[in-house]
Amino acid sequence: MKIATQKTFQTVKTSLPIVVGILMLLSYLGPILEKYYSKVFTGNYIIDPLVGALAGSVSFGIPVASYVTGGELLKAGVSLLAVTAFIFSWTTVGIPMLPLEAAHLGKKFAIIRNAINFVAAILIAILTILTLKII
Amino acid sequence: MSDRIIKIPNGMIFLFIVVLIYGVSALTEPDFVAGAFGNFLVTFSKVLPILLIVYLVMFFSFVFVKPEMVKRQLGRNSGIKGWVYAIIGSIVISGPSYVLFPLLGELRKEGMKYSLIAVFMSNRNVQLAYLPVIAYYFGWRFSFVFAFYVLAFSLLTGMLMGKVMRGK
Repeated sequence: MKIATQKTFQTVKTSLPIVVGILMLLSYLGPILEKYYSKVFTGNYIIDPLVGALAGSVSFGIPVASYVTGGELLKAGVSLLAVTAFIFSWTTVGIPMLPLEAAHLGKKFAIIRNAINFVAAILIAILTILTLKII
Repeated sequence: MSDRIIKIPNGMIFLFIVVLIYGVSALTEPDFVAGAFGNFLVTFSKVLPILLIVYLVMFFSFVFVKPEMVKRQLGRNSGIKGWVYAIIGSIVISGPSYVLFPLLGELRKEGMKYSLIAVFMSNRNVQLAYLPVIAYYFGWRFSFVFAFYVLAFSLLTGMLMGKVMRGK
C-alpha cells in the first residue's frame, strides 16, 4: 500500500504540471486558431482532410470537445470530410502533447505513433465519406 | 557541490514557460489573457475529475495489478487476448490520451506491449460515453461507419507500431 501511494504521488508530480501547462497553452491558442477554421476549410475534397487533420493535431483536447467543435464547424458549412479528419486527429494526434507522451512512452514511440495517426486521420475521413455515399 | 544542485523537472519548466507567455501577453492584451485563463479554468474543472479517476485507478492498479499479470494479459506473449483486452479497455476507459499517458507509461514498465498501447490510444474516438454526442451532431449512420474505421485503423496502427518498436 505504501509503495502504491509513493508510485501514484510520483506520477501525479510528473504529469500534473505538464497537464496544467498544456491546458493553459490550448486555452491561449484556441481563440487564435478558431478564427482561421472557417477560412481554411474550403470544401476541397483533397485538401480538406489534410487541413482538418492539421487543425485537429494542434487542437488536441478532451474528445467530447472535438465532437462539439466539429459539429459546430459542420453547421457553419465546413465539409464532413474535413470535420471527420479533424475529430479523429483531435483525440489521437497531439503536437502540443508530444513532450508528455515522449516523457512517459519514449520519443521514438511518440513521434511515430503521431505520424501514423495523422495519416490515418486523412484515410479514415476519405473512407468514411466514401462508405456513407455507397450505403 | 554538484550534489546540492536541485534539478527542476521538465514539466515544471514547461509550466513556467506557459505562465510566462500568459504574463507577458497580459501586459498588452489583458482581456484576451483573462478570457484564455477563464477557458483554462473551465476545461481544467472538467478534466480534473477524469484525472482524479485516472490517478485512483492507477493507485488501485499499483496495489492489485502485479507485473506478472500485466505481462501475461498485455505483454509479449499475450496473443489475441491482449488485443481484445486493449480494444475493450480503450472503449470502456474514457478521457483524453494525455491524462492516460502516465497510466500507460506505468503499464509499459510492467510489460505492456507498444502495439497494444498504440491500439489503446488510437481508439480514443470509440467510447460508449461519447456516442450520444457524436450521434447528435453527425447521426447514427456516420457514428457506426466512423467507429468501424477507427477500430480497423487502431489495429493497423498497433501492428505497425509493434513492428517499428520491436526490440524496445
